[in-house]
Amino acid sequence: MSIKGQGYIVGAFEHPTRKAPDLSVAQIHAESAAGALADAGLTKDDIDGYFCAGDAAGMGPISVVDYMNLRLSWLDSTDVGGTSYIGAVGHATAAIMAGKCNIALITLGGRPRSEGVQTGTGQRAGNPQVADSPWESHFSPATTNVYGMVAARHMHEYGTTSEQLAWIKVAASHHAQWNEHAMLRNVVTVEEVVNSPMVSTPLHRLDCCVISDGGGALIVTRPEIAKTLKRPLVKVRGHGESWKGQMGGDVDLSYSGARWSGAAAFAEAGVKHADIKYASIYDSFTITVLMQLEDLGFCEKGQGGKFVADGNLISGVGKLPFNTDGGGLCNNHPANRGGITKVIEAVRQLRGEAHPKVQVPSCDIALAHGTGGLLGSRHGSSTLILERE
Amino acid sequence: MGIMEDRKMPPNCTNPESDPFYAAAEEGKFMIRRCTSCKKAHWYPRAVCPFCFGSTEWEQASGEGTIYSFSTMLRSNFTMAYVTLKEGPTMMTNIVKADPEQLKIGGKVKVVFVQTDANKVPCFEPA
Repeated sequence: MSIKGQGYIVGAFEHPTRKAPDLSVAQIHAESAAGALADAGLTKDDIDGYFCAGDAAGMGPISVVDYMNLRLSWLDSTDVGGTSYIGAVGHATAAIMAGKCNIALITLGGRPRSEGVQTGTGQRAGNPQVADSPWESHFSPATTNVYGMVAARHMHEYGTTSEQLAWIKVAASHHAQWNEHAMLRNVVTVEEVVNSPMVSTPLHRLDCCVISDGGGALIVTRPEIAKTLKRPLVKVRGHGESWKGQMGGDVDLSYSGARWSGAAAFAEAGVKHADIKYASIYDSFTITVLMQLEDLGFCEKGQGGKFVADGNLISGVGKLPFNTDGGGLCNNHPANRGGITKVIEAVRQLRGEAHPKVQVPSCDIALAHGTGGLLGSRHGSSTLILERE
Repeated sequence: MGIMEDRKMPPNCTNPESDPFYAAAEEGKFMIRRCTSCKKAHWYPRAVCPFCFGSTEWEQASGEGTIYSFSTMLRSNFTMAYVTLKEGPTMMTNIVKADPEQLKIGGKVKVVFVQTDANKVPCFEPA
C-alpha cells in the first residue's frame, strides 16, 4: 500500500506579512486558510480535515479550529517542529486515502518578530517534565550553538569550509532579489557572509535565517476532486518521515534524519535524484541545507561543501535550483517554522508560477524537505516528492 | 581571546529521575547510569535502558572525556559542547575555564561542577 498519487495539493497560500504587530496568531492562520481556499476555488464549508502543529496556540488544533469554526471529521496536530507542515501533506494524503476526510486544510501562523523572540540566541527556561530538560536546559542550547556544533563537526570530519557554507546563503540571496515580499533582497557575496559577525562558532550572522512573522496554508484533496478544480494538478508522489536524536548517548552529528525520510520518499515516489528539477530545502542555517542535501543523497556524504559551491543551487546557473523564494535565509521563516513555505514554493515551481527570473523550465518533479527542532540534538525530518501532472 | 570569564549559568531543573544525580553532584560525584541487562552505559541517565529497555543503575563515572564538538556563542560568552565520556556516551555540556581559541575537537577534558541557583551541574574544563 502506498499514498503515491492519492493526494493533490490544490491550494497554496503564503501570507504576505513579514511583521505583524497588528495581527493575532489565529487571524494569521485564518487569513492564510482563506487565501489557500481562494487559490483552490473552494470554500470554508468544503474543509473536513485539519492539520496544524505547535504554532497553533491552544490545546492542539482546538482553539484555532474553533476560531475558524470548521466542521471536521479528522484532526491532526503532530508537532515535529518547523518541518511539521511538510509531513502534514503526507498525513493528509493518508487520511484522505483512508476515507477519513476529503479536503484537508493545513495552516501555520506566528509572530515571533513582533514578539521580540530571540530565536537563535535566547535562553529557554527548563521544564522538568520534558525528558531531556533536567540534563540540558541550563547548558543553554540556544539553537545557533547546537547547529554550530553540527557545522564544527562537519568541518572537522570532512574539511568543509565557511566559504562553502556561504555559497548557500549567496544562492538564496540571488533568488530573494526577485521576491517583493522577501525580508532580505540584497544579493550577497561569499566574502560578505564570512565577514558578517560571528554568532556562534563557526556560524556567522548571514549563515542564519531571518526571524519573521507570517503564515501559510495548503489544501490537499483526493484525485477525483482535484481533477474538477481549475488549478494545475500537483500530485503527492512520495512522502517519508523520521526523526533523529542523541541515540542514548551514541551522538553522531555527521548525518540527519533526512537519511531515512529521504530514502522512504524516494522509494515511494519511484524517482531518481536526477529527476528532481527543483528542491525546497529547509534552511534555518546554511549547515542545515548542506547536511540535508547529503543525507537526501544529492551528493556523497562529506561532499556537500563542494556540491553547494560556485552557484550550484542558483536557478538558471547550477544543477539543483533550491529555495527560489529566497527561503528562510532571505525571504521568511514564519513562526520560526519554515516547512509550509517549502511546500508552497515547490507548488509554485510545479505550476510554473514562480517568479520568471527563478522559474525552473519544465519543472515536473520537485522535492520539499525539512528538519524540525534542533539538528544537533533531536529533530523531526520530513520529505515530500511532488509531481506536476 | 584568552580564558573566557565564565557566565553565570541558568539554574537546572530536576525531576524524580534526575534528583539522585544532582544529590550526588552536591558531593562532587559525577554519576551515569548503566544497564543491568545489556551492560551498556548511556546518557542522559534514565531508569529504562534506551538500548534494550532493561533496568539501569547508577555508577560513578571517571569524569574524563574528549570534546566531540563545540560552539562558542560570542554574545553570551559561553561554549556549548558535546563531550564523549571515557565510559562511552556523549553528553551535552558547557566547556568552562578555557580559551575557546585553544579548544579542539578531540581535546581532553575533565568534569568540573558549576554551582547554579539550583544545583551543581557537570561542566568540563581542559584536562
